Amino acid sequence: MTVTRPGPAADTAAGTPRKSQNFKSRVLIPYAMLAPGIILFLVFMAAPIIYTLVLSFQKKKVSGLGLGKGSQSTAFAGLDNYVSALSDPEFLGSVLRVLTYGLILIPLMLGFALLFALLLDSRRTRAGSFSRTAIFLPYAVPAVISSLLWGFLYLPGVSPFHFLARQFGMELPSLLDPNLVTFAICNIALWGGVGFNMIVIYTSLKAVPSEIYEAAKLDGCSEIQTAIRIKIPIIAPSLVMTALFSMIATLQVFAEPTTLRPLANSLSTSWSPLMLVYRDAFTRNDVFSAAATSIVIALATFIISFLFLRIVQKRAFGQEN
Amino acid sequence: MRKSFRAGAVAMLAAATMLAAGCSGGSTAGSQSAATSDPNQKVELTYWAWAPNLDKVVELWNEKNPTIHVTVNKQDGGDPAVTKLLTAVKAGSGAPDLIQAEYQKIPTLVAADALADLSGTVANDTKSHFPDGVWNDVTLGGDALYSVPQDTGPMVFYYRADIFEKLGIAVPKTWDEYAAAAKTVHAADPEAHLGTFSSNDAGWFTGMAQQAGASWWGVDGDAWNVKIAEEPTEKVAGYWGGLVEEGVIDNKPMYTPEWNTALNTGKQVGWLSAAWGPGVLEGNAGATAGLWKAAPMPQWDASKPSTGNWGGSSTAVTSQSKNLDAAAKFATWLNTDPEAIKALVKEAGIYPADTAGAESSLTEAPAFFSNQPDFYKIVGEAAQNVGSFTYGPNVNVAYNAYNDQFAKAAQSKEKSAFLDAVSTMQQVTVDDLKKTGFTVK
Repeated sequence: MTVTRPGPAADTAAGTPRKSQNFKSRVLIPYAMLAPGIILFLVFMAAPIIYTLVLSFQKKKVSGLGLGKGSQSTAFAGLDNYVSALSDPEFLGSVLRVLTYGLILIPLMLGFALLFALLLDSRRTRAGSFSRTAIFLPYAVPAVISSLLWGFLYLPGVSPFHFLARQFGMELPSLLDPNLVTFAICNIALWGGVGFNMIVIYTSLKAVPSEIYEAAKLDGCSEIQTAIRIKIPIIAPSLVMTALFSMIATLQVFAEPTTLRPLANSLSTSWSPLMLVYRDAFTRNDVFSAAATSIVIALATFIISFLFLRIVQKRAFGQEN
Repeated sequence: MRKSFRAGAVAMLAAATMLAAGCSGGSTAGSQSAATSDPNQKVELTYWAWAPNLDKVVELWNEKNPTIHVTVNKQDGGDPAVTKLLTAVKAGSGAPDLIQAEYQKIPTLVAADALADLSGTVANDTKSHFPDGVWNDVTLGGDALYSVPQDTGPMVFYYRADIFEKLGIAVPKTWDEYAAAAKTVHAADPEAHLGTFSSNDAGWFTGMAQQAGASWWGVDGDAWNVKIAEEPTEKVAGYWGGLVEEGVIDNKPMYTPEWNTALNTGKQVGWLSAAWGPGVLEGNAGATAGLWKAAPMPQWDASKPSTGNWGGSSTAVTSQSKNLDAAAKFATWLNTDPEAIKALVKEAGIYPADTAGAESSLTEAPAFFSNQPDFYKIVGEAAQNVGSFTYGPNVNVAYNAYNDQFAKAAQSKEKSAFLDAVSTMQQVTVDDLKKTGFTVK
């Protein structure tokens, strides 16, 4: 608190009137400057969150046929919505699917991003800026568009890959089959996400002082040794950050499966937890269970991110303290 | 500490003021002149609709009725408009006077108290204009009238006449003949199918169940009953499940790029669809114009012809409208006046629910079916055979269950999975009604 801290010596010497004036500028002005931010936070973050919490403890109550005036009302539901969200096999199923998806996607995503960043950073790379742009470009394509695009490429009836394979007398398996569809979605996310993560890692590689490389060179380090022993440990913090971003994005996967769903029989309307929330709120008109489920997802995301940071913090940021 | 609390309180107050200001902004839209007693007072009505070019039809009304002016507010489509209306009803303001409502959404809207009862207005005298089945959809079988029917989607069978001729197949009159034709088509070209079982449009399956005699909801005194898992629906699901299991019918969803390609290349040889089908075919397979023909739907019992309904909508007055009589008058004119219906057909391309209006305005076959001058005669006969079907207050839940369950069944290609899907649909629908507190018998 700024109030309790003793002011500079000049203030105390000047007497009371001056002090109150100074107090105003010291304490109120920062708050006045913060006010727009606080107001925006309250209106657009805190208020919706509180409203969601309120909704999650309510339910719709109907009397008789439920037709006509006043036959429907909202009632206090207690923890009912949370209990049914957590015990719903569809919700658990969607969580398991997304965990599988994350286990496949995140290592691949970070692996490719790191590989590309190291290749671009290596001194022998030619046409670096072109490759960088080419790898980054898919990130600029909105997820819905890229899902439509890949959806066309997946559908055996219109896919050029399937067409080519057929010319050689082969029949490719459809990636939209139930046992392959997770890979189909991973591929879209990978295509769109590697570029962004690569840029984050590449930027931190560029920030490494060149003296370190010179020293390594004098010691007789090869390019690969430099990469493994020097570059990767130094950029570990950005790897942690990209991993965290990827985890949060994974838990929120929505656009890709939602866009692919009408194209195939293999994706249900509750494939991922967020799809389930969307379905409950807008297809089934049950905002109350949707609110409870979204609170559960938000808490889970928070806890997972927190635990992840706890575990990797020491290793990644150890040398900074 | 105290100071910082005060600053926080100021910020909170400011936020609260902003919130209040934001909320009150919407209320002005709903408050219109309540003076309906004076007939010369100009009334302003708003109308949420999504049918194409509906504003052009409404212009005719505005020219002729200087005292009741209607403004069309274009919507994205049926579902988004309903979601918006339900939100406005919950908020207490912001709803339009009139809304284009699909038949299956009416019970949901009535349950949410979003629609006004028109039984005391001119609209109630128009019963004779519409087939009984359609009238039942807008009254929910009771004394109230919730909407004026606009268009319907009687189902017919579209097929590639050229391919049928090449393979020497007669147009199937019964479902047995349809199955036989499907086998012939698939045997002649392993990549071709007479049709597909699509899990992405519950309305399509509902239409076929309706043809077989199903009515998925019913009112029994003060309770709802759900009759999805009963003989007619099980018969239809088992029939299609059998064809998919045999592989003579495709299992891919409709409206995908793959399906469009198949329509264009003659790999999808037929389509069971509604009166609005020509528009879809023209859009998705324009190159095949003139090659398709329409026929009545195959029958379960050829001696008792019946057909299903897929889609269609009505004009409802919302519970927030302050000008009930004027709105009812407009809705009645729009859907029963011969000039209005002619304009609806021409501008919006709909199939009118009004029996006489359909007959007089649908004289020329759609361009896509230019080779079949009696196109509307076939559709008109089908329209007369649409069975009665009651929708319940949670159609959205049942339809969603259809999407998920039949997707699994179609993927598995097993007849038994189709029957399981029907019973799961029943289960999900009943559970949802009970969970919300409806009385279910």
